[in-house]
Amino acid sequence: MSLLSLQNLLKSFGGLVAVAGVSFDVDEGSIVGLIGPNGAGKTTVFNIITGNYRPDSGDVVFDRNDITGRATHAIVRLGIARTFQNIRLFQNMSVLENVLAGCHCRANAGLFSAMFRTPRQRSEERRAVEHAMRELAFVGLEHRHDNQAGSLSYGNQRLLEIARALASAPRFLILDEPAGGMNEQETADLTELIRAINDRGITLLLIEHDMNLVMQICRKLVVLEYGAVIAQGTPADIKRNPKVIEAYLGIDC
Amino acid sequence: MEEFLQQLTNGLAVGGIYALLALGYTMVYGILRLINFAHGDLFTLGAYLGFTLLASLGLSGLASGLLAAGVLILLSMGLVAVAGFLLERVAYRPLRKSDRLSAVVSAMGASIFFQNALMLVYGAKSQVYPDGILPEASLILLGTEVPLTRFLMFAASLALMCLLYWFVNRTRVGAAIRAVAIDQDAARLMGIDVNRIISLVFLIGPALGGAAGVMIGLYYGQITHDMGFTFGLKAFIAAILGGIGNIPGAMLGGMLLGIIEALGAAYISIAWKDAIAFCVLILILIFRPTGLLGERVADKV
Amino acid sequence: MNLARYARYRYFPLCLGGVFFAIMASIPWLLNEAGAPGSGIAQLDMLNKIGIYALLALSLNIILGQTGLFHMGHTAFFAVGAYATAILNTMYQWPVFSTLPVAGLLAALFALLVAVPIIRLRGDYLLVVTIGIVEIVRICLTNNIFGITGGANGIFGIARPVIFGLAFSSPRQQYYLIWGFTGITVILFYLLEHSRFGRALNYIKQDELAAAGCGINVARYKLAAFCLGAFWAGMAGTLYAANIRSIEPTSFNFFESVIIFAIVILGGAGSITGVILGAFLLIGLQDVFRDFSSARMLIFGAAMIAMMVFRPQGLLPARRRHYGARRYLGKFPCAVRRQCGAAYNPYAEDEGDCV
Repeated sequence: MSLLSLQNLLKSFGGLVAVAGVSFDVDEGSIVGLIGPNGAGKTTVFNIITGNYRPDSGDVVFDRNDITGRATHAIVRLGIARTFQNIRLFQNMSVLENVLAGCHCRANAGLFSAMFRTPRQRSEERRAVEHAMRELAFVGLEHRHDNQAGSLSYGNQRLLEIARALASAPRFLILDEPAGGMNEQETADLTELIRAINDRGITLLLIEHDMNLVMQICRKLVVLEYGAVIAQGTPADIKRNPKVIEAYLGIDC
Repeated sequence: MEEFLQQLTNGLAVGGIYALLALGYTMVYGILRLINFAHGDLFTLGAYLGFTLLASLGLSGLASGLLAAGVLILLSMGLVAVAGFLLERVAYRPLRKSDRLSAVVSAMGASIFFQNALMLVYGAKSQVYPDGILPEASLILLGTEVPLTRFLMFAASLALMCLLYWFVNRTRVGAAIRAVAIDQDAARLMGIDVNRIISLVFLIGPALGGAAGVMIGLYYGQITHDMGFTFGLKAFIAAILGGIGNIPGAMLGGMLLGIIEALGAAYISIAWKDAIAFCVLILILIFRPTGLLGERVADKV
Repeated sequence: MNLARYARYRYFPLCLGGVFFAIMASIPWLLNEAGAPGSGIAQLDMLNKIGIYALLALSLNIILGQTGLFHMGHTAFFAVGAYATAILNTMYQWPVFSTLPVAGLLAALFALLVAVPIIRLRGDYLLVVTIGIVEIVRICLTNNIFGITGGANGIFGIARPVIFGLAFSSPRQQYYLIWGFTGITVILFYLLEHSRFGRALNYIKQDELAAAGCGINVARYKLAAFCLGAFWAGMAGTLYAANIRSIEPTSFNFFESVIIFAIVILGGAGSITGVILGAFLLIGLQDVFRDFSSARMLIFGAAMIAMMVFRPQGLLPARRRHYGARRYLGKFPCAVRRQCGAAYNPYAEDEGDCV
């Protein structure tokens, strides 16, 4: 059963075609890797899925709903969460508050219940803090809850972004270069974390340049070059695909 | 038809002033992404310096009024350029790395400072330029008598604009200015001294503003210490109208705004004259936020 | 006494607020005891003015300090509220108090109308548009729009507010009314700041795109902040009209907007304590230095620059929120074995607490 299905996505900026007819499916419960050389259009595909860009044509279907061109916040509510390639935390706020941001879309308290501090608002707030701490513990950052997000090390900032995304209770999680800037040990931890997220029943789609990581955890790989899918299949298939070797892997493997 | 021609020429004359001011806004915005709120007050400073020079140097005794006006404009340009240079050093350079809000507040503070400094020196009452510097002649245009000063104003602002356009587009330094506007870091890597370019822009913009100040003094005759606020705001609107950061856009926007305002004041209502520019602003921001000549820039994710 | 240490205490804001409002409540009595001329009418009038500005700055703080929207047109909403009260009271004989919610609602509605088309604009464009709105409102008032604003002369003869037969007419009664209202405002805004709603505004201020990525409807929250701020400014308008009893367009010029803006920024954007301190400093000092009225503004301008260069976060920046999350430590499982296994060392790799 495919959870997310991209159909013939097309997106150009000015004269530059960034995504030229990309189609692929992500099965529910799987881990899919989107790989390709720099500038192949991977992040643009992500941005189209999450509603940051509107495609010129083509459809994004999530759980049988057409979500093409919907607002980002509405897409998050449906259960798609993401992290950013160039970490976008709320730098001046505490680690806990960053995760609470993720809880936002799973709560309802508004202006009036806040001003008059209704019992429902208070219990909801307590639950949000508990939930946020649960996610922080999950990624291993619970003891940092009171630190300023910007003071965390690079690797921990990436983990915090994942915790924030998880706090929105997603069914589908998009990670944009999660291992970027991490050392070997941190990458090993990340591999473990991604598996644990998957064990919670969350489907994952990730962009990653660390081939070791990708080959280890992904069930399926999609290879992008010049905005088009040039191959997709299991890691073993991809490793043998001559087109991929020529375009990408051939250089360093 | 006569009324229309009168208003059109008047609009072009005032539009030239807007355009000169808009150039200062647009150049600074293009490079620093900052609205230089004090720019309008530098313009007022130019007008007052012109007034003082006129009185103290005895320029009005010069044989040709036009020559006197030219000398006046050049002197005022130089002095206001120095003020602009100092302004950047004191109020903006220390804030280069801080957030946009700080710079905006600092600009606001600079504007208040200049305005009140002028009021302290010259008093709260308006000052009047002496008569008879510019020729009082008129031209007959399509059977309508139009004061020559309007054409002189328009010609002078057009000349300054062309000079600037040539400088930015045809010289090495101009190329450096354009490079810094596009990408400061890349420009620095190419060996351009970004700080010097920014200083230069804060010399050129205020110089044009100073020229505009003297011109408005000669044209209207009367100047006040707080006129920079309205003129500055309208000129900024003109810059947005043309497309902020875009030099031909600022010229076009200034002229257009001058004409729209003159015609609006004549045919709609003089009491609402000052509201017209703001309505133009709101309309342009709703329907074409990049301005007439601006290009669309996608948000970076 | 080390105030900084006490400031980390959870109930510090409550204590600080309590002490402040206790002092404020006793000021009329103190002035009387100290034998100020006329029982301190002049001082109370000044404090009333400060109170109105504090209210305006607190409401602007929601928009500018919490949400980070460059809004320099707050007097427009203030004017709508003041004129609503003046018109309803003098032309339709509504009691002043009954116009309070109407003034707020009209200001909020006006804010909604002007904000919808411009809410997506980039920061500094918003600034220019909001300046434009103040100017347009002032021009409308001066030109006697709809024939009800009294043109350049404004409206006079506004009645004193009366509630349950109690009239607020003397400066001392006005004082209790204005500062009582400010007290309630502080409590409500404090609670708002410490809620899901308040946090959402802060997320938007920090990074709009990331906020949207967390499921926050950015445009809706911005509009809500705008309307809430305008609602309060409108109500401040009612109090102002009832206090001063005659209003004219020049009271609502652009410069008033700059003052309110400066109160928020110089006091400390996003900080209730800072904003109130800012109101006292800017409005109070203005009165103290009345004799050098022109040099006063010169110094004000220079101070704005100096503050931005040396202390851009304002005099009293916002405090951090506390959540009592410590009790959940060690309760939840961790997915990464190495991170759970290792003994926690607070000084490893990450630097600095954010206090």
